[in-house]
Amino acid sequence: MAAEKNVARIKVKKIMGREEKVMKAFFYIIITAFALICLFPFLLMITSSFMNEKEIITEGYKLFPKEINFSAYKFLFNNSKNLISSYGVTITIAVVGTLLGLFFMSMAGYVLCRKDFKYRNQIAFFIYFTTLFSGGLIPSYILMVNGLGLKDSIWSMILPGLMSPWSIFLMRNFMKAIPDSLYESGAIDGAGDFYIYWKVFVPLAKPSLATIGLFLTLGYWNEWYNAMLYIQSSKKYPLQYFLQRIVTQANVQLLIQQGITVSTADLPSESIKMATAVVAIGPIILVYPFVQKYFVSGLTVGAVKG
Amino acid sequence: MEKVRFHLKSFFRECKRKKVLFLMISPVLLYFIIFAYIPMPGAYIAFVDYNIGKGIFGSNFVGLKNFEFLARTGDLWRITKNTLLYNMAFLAFTNLFQVAFAIMISEISSKWFKKISQSVILLPYFISMVIVGFFAYNFFNYDHGFVNTILTSLGFEKHDFYSDQGIWKYIIVFFKIWASTGYGMIIYLAAITGISTDIYEAAALDGASPIQKISRIIIPLLKPTIILLFLFGLGGILKGSFDLFFNLIGNNSVLFKQTDIIDTFVFRSLVGSFNFSQGAAVGFYQSIFGLILVLTVNAIVKKIEPDSALF
Repeated sequence: MAAEKNVARIKVKKIMGREEKVMKAFFYIIITAFALICLFPFLLMITSSFMNEKEIITEGYKLFPKEINFSAYKFLFNNSKNLISSYGVTITIAVVGTLLGLFFMSMAGYVLCRKDFKYRNQIAFFIYFTTLFSGGLIPSYILMVNGLGLKDSIWSMILPGLMSPWSIFLMRNFMKAIPDSLYESGAIDGAGDFYIYWKVFVPLAKPSLATIGLFLTLGYWNEWYNAMLYIQSSKKYPLQYFLQRIVTQANVQLLIQQGITVSTADLPSESIKMATAVVAIGPIILVYPFVQKYFVSGLTVGAVKG
Repeated sequence: MEKVRFHLKSFFRECKRKKVLFLMISPVLLYFIIFAYIPMPGAYIAFVDYNIGKGIFGSNFVGLKNFEFLARTGDLWRITKNTLLYNMAFLAFTNLFQVAFAIMISEISSKWFKKISQSVILLPYFISMVIVGFFAYNFFNYDHGFVNTILTSLGFEKHDFYSDQGIWKYIIVFFKIWASTGYGMIIYLAAITGISTDIYEAAALDGASPIQKISRIIIPLLKPTIILLFLFGLGGILKGSFDLFFNLIGNNSVLFKQTDIIDTFVFRSLVGSFNFSQGAAVGFYQSIFGLILVLTVNAIVKKIEPDSALF
């Protein structure tokens, strides 16, 4: 009896080993397949951007073009004025928006974590309530255009994404973890509230500043929606909206500097579309490996509600 | 909810005493007053016949007429149905993928494989939906889209995706999963790494198989996180994903029957038809419906897990 049981147990263990191996192999395959699906559109876009216009028209976009052709990039390089100006707009709104947002939201986080600030809970609710109910798109639009006169202003792209309740509370929760004694010793030394915030809390809150800063920057980098609502002059188009106009209106002419006429027949217009998108994605792909680590920690911090 | 009751006198006294702190939080207060609270009474526009010259509060009050009209034309029902169905599909599929991939990646032992696959799966999250629109164009464009390239090279006829209503719901859900798996996967991965290794060791001593480890330990321990994220997602079920729909579909009215959601409808009534009052009526309906949903969901969460309730 006992021996039989032992044999059975050994058998189970062997099956388990095999079972585990099979399972892991299965996992490797599925993860690899999904990762490839995640990458595929990027690859296709990149290879399409290097295609010869004739080949695209006769045979369509391909993963492996017959020959590699740089004409789309050459065209972009020669007609880069509009592309560069929209890069400029995007960088401007990203820098201004991120810095202002970080400064205001971290100050708010600091005030809300101060236990001696009597109205912190009321103010927190005042901020939180905006996530529950809103006037909706149309009243906001009327306010922005008629009330604040921000039509076609670069601020119409900066202000809507500047602050979010979620980021303020993340900041507050992070600062809550900073020991009170630091604040108290600062106060005894006669430092003012702002001075303590600036010299003690900001340096200690760097990880949360980095996290929220990344989220803000990414939001501004991908900004197109407010531009579509409020921006009229093409000089003020941010990068993503510029792209959006090119693909939705099949409007490669947007890329061409005003005054210079290019006959549309000569334009490698299909590959230009993809090349423009590649140029717009470029910076993100380049910084991605460096910021990904912070981003992951930011996501996990954000997931822990407090 | 907290009691928002205070005495004006003591409030001003406190203001004076904590001058610097009030000054420091004033930009945020000002911001939310201007950009969130001032538009709220503007929702009144849903109940008037809006006339730009007269302004929101000067226009004629028409009561529920805007809502009535929307209900009669069937628009309200169509966009509500689409919004609910899409968001339910998003919620179910994205959570399923996120949990599944989090578990699979946590089981993998090779460190570099873990790192690389995690990075690759998160990558789409960084890309704007405008670029996703480019991807869709790249794939489904009639003249030279990749799918049609494949179809013709295999001897099939080209397919005109941009006038085929039926197929877009799958494409939209696909891109939603594509874009959001990495993001949620990381949150679930964090929850999995939070599980104490003692539990695994004890299970291994008892002879638990790897499949048992997943089904008996990881999934039950993840359940509260899954339920919570699911419930919170439920609260926002009438909102969001405008950029996905708009960049994939745009103003292609052929596809609207199956792809129009509340957000795209409101947007079109603002930009396309300048029908401010009807658009605002839909927006108001969305806000109220959303508020009720959040309150209900919060009440449910409070019952299941009192610590995790929003308020």
